Amino acid sequence: MATQSSRAAARLMVAPSVIVLFIWMIVPLALTVWFSFRIYRLLSPDRNGWAGLRNYSWFLNSPDFWLAITNTLLLVGGVLAITIVFGILIALLIDQPVWGQGPLRILVISPFFVMPPVAASIWENLFMHPQNGLFAAVSHAFGWKPILFMESYPMSSVIFIVAWEWLPFATLILLTALQSLSSEQLEAAEMDGAPAISRFRYIVLPHMIRSITVVVLIQTIFLLGIFGEIFTTTQGGPGSASTTLPYMIYKQAVIAKDIGRAAAGGIIAVILANIVAYFLMRSMGKNLDA
Amino acid sequence: MARSVTTQRKVLFTASAWFVALLIFFPVLWTILTSFKTEASAVASPPEFLHADWTLVNYADVWARSDYPRFFLNSVIISVGSTLLGLVIAIPAAWSMAFVPGKRTKDLLMWMLSTKMMPSAAVLIPMYLIFQRTGLFDSRTGLVLALMLMNLPVIVWMLYTYFKEIPGEILEAARMDGASLRNEIIYVLTPMAVPGIASTMLLNIILAWNEAFWTITLTTVNAAPLSAFIASFSAPQGLFYAKLSAASTMAIAPILILGWFSQKQLVRGLTFGAVK
Repeated sequence: MATQSSRAAARLMVAPSVIVLFIWMIVPLALTVWFSFRIYRLLSPDRNGWAGLRNYSWFLNSPDFWLAITNTLLLVGGVLAITIVFGILIALLIDQPVWGQGPLRILVISPFFVMPPVAASIWENLFMHPQNGLFAAVSHAFGWKPILFMESYPMSSVIFIVAWEWLPFATLILLTALQSLSSEQLEAAEMDGAPAISRFRYIVLPHMIRSITVVVLIQTIFLLGIFGEIFTTTQGGPGSASTTLPYMIYKQAVIAKDIGRAAAGGIIAVILANIVAYFLMRSMGKNLDA
Repeated sequence: MARSVTTQRKVLFTASAWFVALLIFFPVLWTILTSFKTEASAVASPPEFLHADWTLVNYADVWARSDYPRFFLNSVIISVGSTLLGLVIAIPAAWSMAFVPGKRTKDLLMWMLSTKMMPSAAVLIPMYLIFQRTGLFDSRTGLVLALMLMNLPVIVWMLYTYFKEIPGEILEAARMDGASLRNEIIYVLTPMAVPGIASTMLLNIILAWNEAFWTITLTTVNAAPLSAFIASFSAPQGLFYAKLSAASTMAIAPILILGWFSQKQLVRGLTFGAVK
C-alpha cells in the first residue's frame, strides 16, 4: 500500500531519532573502550600508556566482581518479584467493589512521584535509622533491640526501598489490565462453580501476561542501572556487601580515581546488560506482538 | 439478605484496600508531618503524632539557607524543555513507525529501548569529559539535551503504541481526498493523537524531574535542579530530620501535585500499550 515516496519520507522522519540516539550511545561507548585499554589514573597523571588487558583482568579477578554481579541480579530479581507479586495482590484488592477507588489510586501511585534521593533518605533516616527512626521506636515499644538495617541487612534494605518506589508502576499497569478483563467470562466461570484460585489461574493470570511482560521489561531497564539509592544509603557497604556493578564502577572512577579500570568495568557492564537485553527482548518480543 | 452480604463484603474490601493504600503512602505522609515539627519533636521517642510542636520554622530555614527558587526553576526548565524537545524529534519517528512500518521497525524499537540499558555509571567519565570540552557542563542546555536523549526511547515507544491505535482507514480517506503528508499530520493525525501526546508528555516530565544521576554529576551551581538541592540536605545522617523533611517536601511537592491531578492520563500512558 505504501508508495515508494512515502517509504522514503518515513525513513526521513525516523532518521533524527536514530541518529541522535546512535551518537548518544556510540561516542561515550567508544571513549570508554579507548580508556579501558589505557593506563589512566587521575592520582598519577604522569604514568600513562597502553594497559593491554590488564584493566579487564583486574576487574574480572577482583573479589568484589562476583559479589557485585550477584548483588545486581539480587536487586533486579528481588524488586521484580516483590513488585509483581504485591502488584497483582493490590490490583486484585483495588479492583473489588470498594468505596473511593479514585483516592485509593492516588495514594498508591504517590511513591512513583518521589525522586530516588528523597525516597532513599526518607527511608534511611526517618524509618530505618537505628536511634531516631520510626522502626527503632516500634522496636523499643515492644522491648526489642532496634534492627541495624543498613549495617546488618544492606542489600535487603536497598531492595525494599527500590521496591517501594516501583510498586506503584507495577500495581497500576496490572490494575489497568484487570479492569479491561470482561466480567462476563469471570461470572460464567463462577456460575460453573470454578473456585477463586482456578478463576485466577486460568482466566485472570493469562489475561495479565502481556502487562506483566511490560512491567518486567521496563523495570529491568531502569533497575539494572540503580545507583542513587545505594549512593544515598549504604555507599555500597558495609565493606562491599551492597556493591552492585554500577556502584563498583563508580567507586573505581570517583573514589579510586582509576579511569582505566572503571572503563573496563563499564564495558563489562555494557556487555552483560546486552546479554540480559537480548534474552529479555527475545522472550518478550513474542509476547508483545500477540 | 443477599444484599447485606455484598455490603458486608464491600466494607471488608474497602477497609483492607484503604489500609494497604495508606501503608504505601505512609512514608510520604510521615515526611510531610515531620517537616512541620520542631527538630526536638521530630526525633522524640515515642514518636509524636498529634500533640507535636507544630511549626513552619523548617521551611523558613530551608528557604533562607538555599536558593530554592533557582533550583525549582532549573527543574522546570530541564524537565519541560527535555520533554518538549524529545516530542519534536519523536513524533515524526513514531508516526512513521506506526503507519509505514518496515521489516525492521520492531527491531528498531527494541534497539532504542536497549540504549537505555547502558549503565550510566559506566559512561560517567567520558560524558563528564565531553560535557566539559563542549562547554555544556553545568548548563541547562546540556541537561536538557542529556535528559532528552535518556528519555527519547520511552517517548518514541509510548507515542508508537498510541499512534498504532489510530485506524489507518481515516488516513487513507484523507489521502484519497488529496491531503498532502503535511496536511495529513496537521489536520487528521494531530487532533486524534493529542491525548496520547499529553500522557507521554506528563510521564516524561515526571521521569526527567526525578532523574538524579546526570542532574547531580553534570552540574555544580548554575544548572543544578531539585535533585541536587536535596542531595545537599541529606548529608548529616540522623540529624536535622525536620529540615530534611521540609527540603524533601519542597522537592517532591510540585510533581506530586501535578501527578495527583493528572493521575488518569498518566495511568493510561504508563501501560506502554500493554493493555488493549
